[in-house]
Amino acid sequence: MRTVVIQPVFEEWRDRARGLLALRVPPEEVLWSDEAQEPGLFAEVEEASPRGPVPKVPAAFLDMARSVAAHTDARRWGALYRVLWRLTHGGERHLLAVATDPEVRQLQLWCKAIGRDIHKMHAFVRFRLVATDEATGREQFVAWFEPEYRIVRLAAGFFEKRFAGMDWSILTPHACAHWDGSMLHFSPGVPRSAAPDEDALDELWRTYFRSIFNPARLKVRAMQSEMPKKYWKNLPEAPLIAGLISGSGGRVEKMLRTEARPAKPAPKNTYLDSLRAMNECEPPPGAPPESP
Amino acid sequence: MDIQHKLEILADAAKYDASCASSGAARKDSRGGKGVGSTGGTGICHSYAPDGRCISLLKVLLTNACLYDCHYCINRRSSNVQRARFTPEEVVRLTLDFYKRNFIEGLFLSSGIIRSADYTMELVVEVARQLREEHHFRGYIHLKTIPEASPALIEMAGRYADRISINIELPTQQGLSKLAPEKNLARTQDAMGHIRGKIEERHAEKRKPEAPKPPPFATGQSTQMLVGADDSTDAVILQRADLLYGTYRLRRVYYSGFSPIPEPSALLPIKPPPLVREHRLYQADWLLRFYGFKVEEIASAAAPNLDLQLDPKLAWALRNRATFPVDVNRAPREILLRVPGLGVRNVERILSARRYARLRLADLLQLRVPMKKVLPFIIAADHTPARLGLDDDSLRARFLPPPRQMELDFAAPPVAGDIDSVRSGEL
Ligand code: SF4
Repeated sequence: MRTVVIQPVFEEWRDRARGLLALRVPPEEVLWSDEAQEPGLFAEVEEASPRGPVPKVPAAFLDMARSVAAHTDARRWGALYRVLWRLTHGGERHLLAVATDPEVRQLQLWCKAIGRDIHKMHAFVRFRLVATDEATGREQFVAWFEPEYRIVRLAAGFFEKRFAGMDWSILTPHACAHWDGSMLHFSPGVPRSAAPDEDALDELWRTYFRSIFNPARLKVRAMQSEMPKKYWKNLPEAPLIAGLISGSGGRVEKMLRTEARPAKPAPKNTYLDSLRAMNECEPPPGAPPESP
Repeated sequence: MDIQHKLEILADAAKYDASCASSGAARKDSRGGKGVGSTGGTGICHSYAPDGRCISLLKVLLTNACLYDCHYCINRRSSNVQRARFTPEEVVRLTLDFYKRNFIEGLFLSSGIIRSADYTMELVVEVARQLREEHHFRGYIHLKTIPEASPALIEMAGRYADRISINIELPTQQGLSKLAPEKNLARTQDAMGHIRGKIEERHAEKRKPEAPKPPPFATGQSTQMLVGADDSTDAVILQRADLLYGTYRLRRVYYSGFSPIPEPSALLPIKPPPLVREHRLYQADWLLRFYGFKVEEIASAAAPNLDLQLDPKLAWALRNRATFPVDVNRAPREILLRVPGLGVRNVERILSARRYARLRLADLLQLRVPMKKVLPFIIAADHTPARLGLDDDSLRARFLPPPRQMELDFAAPPVAGDIDSVRSGEL
């Protein structure tokens, strides 16, 4: 049995796994661990990774591994290596097509959690305008976000594509991403206090949020399953939610009590006259039949 | 009137339109450009209101003044609601400011009809033109168009927008004549046909390798039908939807349960339909588009309304028990898709996995298939349902929700995906 301690990043796992695979070390003989579990214990290089031939691995597996690596479950390194072993030395090249296999399924579930976290980051990051560069006229924005997993690198490409025309930084507790118009780069995490709290536009956004809500269709659970409370603390609109919910009953009551308005006659308007003329000579529409 | 007050009125006026999709656009992004914006991935909901609806776009009207008198609509001319009007520049500013803060994926712009269809349409198109041409905006734009607007204007709208839509509102002309006297079903469908032609023309040009790149055009159109404002049955609604999907290649038909408005009309029911009816219609719509069902199988002349208590696939299975049980190790895709509890994705997983092993119940559990629901309908390597179970009259009773949940349980997932995916169009 050998213990492999790595930095908790995909590249480290991949390099070590390659070496182990080339040496034909079966998964039962490796105990994986990362710095997150054993802080301070640095990976001692026990043997130079042999550069021998490494069996080909499906590209889909590498994508999956890159995403699973961002999870925090301590079992992920070993689970990845087991599936890798089965794909290569285990004679199960088709393994990824077997979604009913518990080990494959577990990797898929971790991937799904990562995918969801990335999606929520794309959705719930809120940029705040901090300055405008006088020389270039480029606006500079900063956002604070707290993802559940270590996804900043995986999620950053989206922001580069979408916001190429402005400078921005996304700050999180474990990593930060920055874009200056030409290059994406990363830096270590920072505390919440490093990010601005307010933006002049927040109030207008809250106005929109309040106005687009329909009190006659309250579905609090549907909202919360898509926008879990853990994200609320960084959303400028979230403080409105409680009030909108409690006020909705009264608003609907009032609508139902309002006296119905009679139809007003059409004003004089040539366009309306032409519509009326068209409606009178329009043949009835074709299929489907008007009543079943 | 300041911008905040206008936004309040004109967002409030737009909220009855259910459409929120921001997916299905052509891939484009802001790299190498002068502005911001990207489209082409799966849609993103940037927030959710307590009504459970996804907020992905800045959804506003240019003005809520309107010449028409659609009785279900807060903006109709007979309503005493306060009126407001944005300038195109104001909408452009708001869109960009919200977009840069990552509040939204783009703009959904609609308008009450003022002066004439063309006059209104010109203003709407002008907003999109400024965004695209002056601000190099590459985010999502959805424009509502008016059937009576000139084809040249609709073409311009399509050039700037990722999606255009015309609301059909009600499934029959009788309904429209009574509740939306200015609107006309045949003209609406004609306009949809025109848009379909443009979308396909552009698509065909794009595929000619040597031809110069054609100017962009919207990649899809959608519409909305109101449910419960007139007395149309679900069968009539679904037949209309089916025709729109088939004949005009619509991307989406949205169903919007009529909900009470602050300015009620004397012509309309005071009591809204149960929200669950709208939910069942979305489920039925899914069955038509992705599961190979025909309208008559879901809602027939004999039973024109959907069962509010059971999802339409389960209801179909209970009416067609002779089809079951089906063997998950042998049945073809079309049949597996008919099994209550098996969604499109799990059917694909089953088809793929069974090439390597005979599937047992434990395998289905791995896929998180709802066992209680599927068991009476399937055969697996280690499971054959008691014949008795399928013949049993009490089978239906077993699937009924406890009574108190009836009108509340909207979080229960429909056939495919959750309620949000049903709305936003992602599987
Ligand atoms: S045309 Fe009808 S539905 Fe549209 S804003 Fe005017 S009244 Fe409302």
